[in-house]
Amino acid sequence: MVARTRYAPDRGLTVRMGLTMFLLGLVFVAFVAAIIGISAAVHASDGAIVFFAVVLGGGLAIGSFFYSDKIALSTAGAQLVTPQQAPELHGIVDRICALADMPKPRIAISPTDLPNAFATGRNSEHAVLCVTQGLMRRLTPEELEGVISHEMSHVAHKDVMVMTVASFLAIIAGLLIRFSFYGELFGGGGRRGGNNNNQSALPILLIIMAVSIVVYAISFLLIRLLSRYRELAADRSGALLTGQPSALASALTKVSGSIARIPTKDLREAAPLNAFFFAPALSAQQAQSKFGELFSTHPSLDKRLAQLAKISQQLGQH
Amino acid sequence: MGFLDTLLGRTKPVQPNLDVLFQLPSAAVTLEAATGFTPTGTGSVCFRPVEGRAFADVEKDVRELLDMSGAKSGTLPVEVTKDSYGFTWLVSSHMSTEIEDLVTDLHAVNSALVDNGFGPQLLCTLVAFRDEQQRRLALVYLFKRGTFYPFAPLPGDRRDNGLELQIKGVLEGELKMEQDLSRWFPVWGAPGL
Repeated sequence: MVARTRYAPDRGLTVRMGLTMFLLGLVFVAFVAAIIGISAAVHASDGAIVFFAVVLGGGLAIGSFFYSDKIALSTAGAQLVTPQQAPELHGIVDRICALADMPKPRIAISPTDLPNAFATGRNSEHAVLCVTQGLMRRLTPEELEGVISHEMSHVAHKDVMVMTVASFLAIIAGLLIRFSFYGELFGGGGRRGGNNNNQSALPILLIIMAVSIVVYAISFLLIRLLSRYRELAADRSGALLTGQPSALASALTKVSGSIARIPTKDLREAAPLNAFFFAPALSAQQAQSKFGELFSTHPSLDKRLAQLAKISQQLGQH
Repeated sequence: MGFLDTLLGRTKPVQPNLDVLFQLPSAAVTLEAATGFTPTGTGSVCFRPVEGRAFADVEKDVRELLDMSGAKSGTLPVEVTKDSYGFTWLVSSHMSTEIEDLVTDLHAVNSALVDNGFGPQLLCTLVAFRDEQQRRLALVYLFKRGTFYPFAPLPGDRRDNGLELQIKGVLEGELKMEQDLSRWFPVWGAPGL
């Protein structure tokens, strides 16, 4: 007999997320085809620029993937803590890991007063979970558990890997924009002397730059969209794991509310970590407008609360 | 969890494995022969309550079920405690010789939760032991892994790792022991221990 389950997947969210990833893949294929087409058709030496961009972009992506835990920890100024130093935090994580059958991550505390948390690391064996002192000070144990289960869902969903792969395209496109820009400034003039094909060299760089800009813009929006869907998915899995969607919702309102009151200096310091944060440090003003939401890494508070309310309702049904 | 589930961010809650519990009585005999630890007759089930009416009703039914079986055999009623992490512990107490009855009780709680679709909320089941020097020991069953591990608390939130490893060695053939030591999470102040 198959045990009855109360944990129906959200098909709408799954479909939207799948579609976003498919579109990202499509843009990637089109981009590669366009670049190869342009370089092959006219001048082989321009291929070098593309080659450099791919190698450098790949290096950057792989580097940030493998050292994501160390980079994030040092950016946040966080310290790893032992069970003796933070027994309650470890107790919460222990229980969540036992419930979800996951290996226990390393745990760090960041000494900032910004109430936030993030989980990073290339896989669940190398995962690091970091919470700030501000978060631990403001939240009740149940709310803290909700936040931690949200972060552990990010680990289970391998979000660092998914987002690294997704960002790869944008990194390369961004590098190509820069390379072709400098190529035009410096390389173009030098070649004009001895090369017969020099007439075509300049427009090609311009075309590569134009294509890269378009690709960068589209993939940027798609990555942000994907990131928002991953947040909703992590909220969902986290709430189902603890069985307490309302505790997570209450944590969200507390965290979002207090972030809006934090002075800008702290916000700027936290900006590079936004994609991994529980609630982004910059969301307060952005989430106000529909347009702002397009560029945001996290869904609006209203959307997250609405989803959690729905889950709470489903769990309460007989 | 499958590749596609990871890619699409839909973790499925892990279902527990219950039947292994019935191996406990024979393991208890082995344990006593090898180390002198005997069951205290107390055991508990720990789970994460779900908000809402559905779970509250199931929890109430389970309590009534256990109280009824307790009243029949003349043992203490079931004790319910909530720990500081928000988890609920149902403690069932029997005579120290009645480990079979204890295991049956524990299994009844677990299967009631599973049958009502709350299987993923089960955290662990704990059976308490003690030796002549009054050293405390618990065998903790992790539902999601289907494995047991020993937990021997000492005063002051320390644990007797030597004793725990010794117990693991003794029970290796009897029960499926958790091989990954990082999963032996402590349950300080667990009720019934």
